[in-house]
Amino acid sequence: MKTNEQSIKNETIDLSKVERILEYYKNTRGAVIPILQKAQAEYGFLPEPVIDHIAQSLNMSADEIIGVATFYAQFHLKPRGHHIVKVCCGTACHVKNAKALSSKVREKLKINVNETTEDKLFTFEEVSCLGACGIAPVVMIDEEVHGEVSPDKLNDVLDNYKKSGV
Amino acid sequence: MDTKSVPLENKNKIEKNENETQSVVAVCLGTGGIAAGGDKVFRKFEDEIKKLGLDAAVGKRVCRTAKTGCRGLCARDVLVDVTIPGQEALTYEKVTVDMVPQIIDEHLIKNTPVNKWLAKEDYHKFYDTQQRLVLANSGIIDPENVDEYIARGGYTALKKVLKTMTQQDVIQEIKKSGLRGRGGGGFPTGEKWASGAKYSADEKFIICNADEGDPGAFMDRSLMESDPHAVLEGMIVGGYAIDATSGYIYIRAEYPLAVKRLRYAIQQAKERGFLGKNILQSDYSLDIFVKEGAGAFVCGESTALQYSIEGKRGMPRTRPPQSVEAGLWDKPTVLNNVETFGNVPIIINRGADWYSQIGTEKSKGTKIFSLTGNIKNPGLIEVPMGATIRQIVFDMGGGIPKKKKFKAVQIGGPSGGCLPESLLDSPIDYESLLSLGAMMGSGSFVVVDETTCMVDMARFFMTFCAGESCGKCPPCRIGTTLMLDILTRITQGQGEEKDLEVLEQMADEIKTMSLCGLGQSAPNPVKSTLRYFKDEYIAHIRDKICPTATCVALHRYEVVPEKCTKCQACVRNCPVKAISGSTKEVAFINKEKCIKCNLCYEKCNFMAIK
Repeated sequence: MKTNEQSIKNETIDLSKVERILEYYKNTRGAVIPILQKAQAEYGFLPEPVIDHIAQSLNMSADEIIGVATFYAQFHLKPRGHHIVKVCCGTACHVKNAKALSSKVREKLKINVNETTEDKLFTFEEVSCLGACGIAPVVMIDEEVHGEVSPDKLNDVLDNYKKSGV
Repeated sequence: MDTKSVPLENKNKIEKNENETQSVVAVCLGTGGIAAGGDKVFRKFEDEIKKLGLDAAVGKRVCRTAKTGCRGLCARDVLVDVTIPGQEALTYEKVTVDMVPQIIDEHLIKNTPVNKWLAKEDYHKFYDTQQRLVLANSGIIDPENVDEYIARGGYTALKKVLKTMTQQDVIQEIKKSGLRGRGGGGFPTGEKWASGAKYSADEKFIICNADEGDPGAFMDRSLMESDPHAVLEGMIVGGYAIDATSGYIYIRAEYPLAVKRLRYAIQQAKERGFLGKNILQSDYSLDIFVKEGAGAFVCGESTALQYSIEGKRGMPRTRPPQSVEAGLWDKPTVLNNVETFGNVPIIINRGADWYSQIGTEKSKGTKIFSLTGNIKNPGLIEVPMGATIRQIVFDMGGGIPKKKKFKAVQIGGPSGGCLPESLLDSPIDYESLLSLGAMMGSGSFVVVDETTCMVDMARFFMTFCAGESCGKCPPCRIGTTLMLDILTRITQGQGEEKDLEVLEQMADEIKTMSLCGLGQSAPNPVKSTLRYFKDEYIAHIRDKICPTATCVALHRYEVVPEKCTKCQACVRNCPVKAISGSTKEVAFINKEKCIKCNLCYEKCNFMAIK
């Protein structure tokens, strides 16, 4: 994830990365979603020029691409933080008081759901189910799953991420 | 390659390690295991064994460490099996890195197991009373090693099918077995394959629906993580039966480990000739691709899923035409769930007659449930169809923790329903669940205790459905939002008497008029809670009381003197010191200081705060 702030400015976006992705999927049918996924992995989110570029080379309108990108929860049109904190709000986590974890994140990072901290370190999201219900309640930070999390434990986990920084 | 069939009998038990000359340390590395630190434990075992040169220390006995997938009891992770040649495997639970040296020293070297860390009785109660057919390999084999799958009889079904059975034979066998779709609807798999086989086209597809979106369900994830080849084998057999030209596995992007293991399994299967051109020197060829979803619950619906594979917005369409006629890219397509495919090799290997003896009259075989919520032993369980709710909750699950009382079980996720205590002895199969107002769904099984508010539960599911509605048809898009408004009002103490009638009516309307399964089943949690827990709705509306004190807006923050045990947990935890009390007198909450943070209610183990 390389969401440096410069990349928000259109002129500094390096389109060669998306070019390589498009080249790789040239002969794949229905590749819009994997292309967007790979592009987002490269840029951290989906900047407008990247979407335009994808649309052009797939011979689609930018509207169609944005239509797809906004339909799926995974895609983001705005820059996001370095670490993504996902509090699971699935049924098992719900009955084990996932709400308290969400409040902890809000209190600790001073951001609401789908917001990013000012230092761009964390983005806070709530997700429906991470499928790790056996160890509910669950918080996923980037690709790491933390199970049986209490508000205190989450506090420590977030501190660790803060300490190690970017 | 010699793939001798291994008898599948009694696979629940980890077999005696007779043929092995090595001691084996198997560490559970499913998502649950890794979250509990499994990979660190695994590395520690590897390092220590290497460091000690255990080869020499124990004579000829060679040690190796093995990764296994999920075994289902994630709450006890990290689980580690230690097998000494000629002896039964012993399981350690909640293993941490610090425990590793002692286990190695005492168990592996001196052959005296560390008894205090061995899994306790309820682990065995959980594990040994199940009938693990589909999960037989889970937690036993290394999912990233195809040879271990083959050694336990893997790919024999595919061989049998390609060498001795026609496509019609396969379809007949699956029909005879009575296998029904495990994704929720319960459509007979054999029928689906038969109609898929009827249509001919230049291209035909077989799709594995691994978009397990039901909150509370993780059986498909575990199966793919722990035994990916079984899913592939079932899928290839299905592909052969309908003459598919290629296959897709549509999987949630939220399951990175499962994606990785499936991709790896596909590659291995290709190398061994189980997949690709002329499978096992037959005329049949099939290629399978993994497609990652992008986070939309509605894509579990078959037509939406197909649009998503095509790279479009995943919105369901009207049927007919059915997918078997014109599905993915308008070609004939058969779509089955992960667990359904997991059943196929078993049926082929052991025969439809044997398989159809398991289960009830109309629901055959076993079903995997993910047992979660307020339960002592949450985890994955596989039981024959027809097992009762009581068996699952109390025998395997070990009952409700913290001395609280069972209240209900929510089966089938957002499309399912909540069943109360009076139905504990109901058998679980497709028909009986439907008649009770729940649904098999994908098999989420969330137990709730007396502290859970059923109105809030209904609101929770409606929030989910309203958020996941794709927006195409108004009954679902607008209906779910309106129902959610009413439920939210009720939980905030602003409900009116007529709300219940309106809810009932809207539930029926949304059910009849919605385009796809999401909308049609979205009202189920509301309907079932209205049916079994109407008094809770009435308490919220008429008395402005939430009987479980869950709905924060209705809390009064008073201590119930008869229930207070003077333990002072609330006193200690109150952040604003609004609670007084001692070992001699019951707690008292000063309402002027109270900030209604709800912490006292959460910390109280005796339901003494309302």
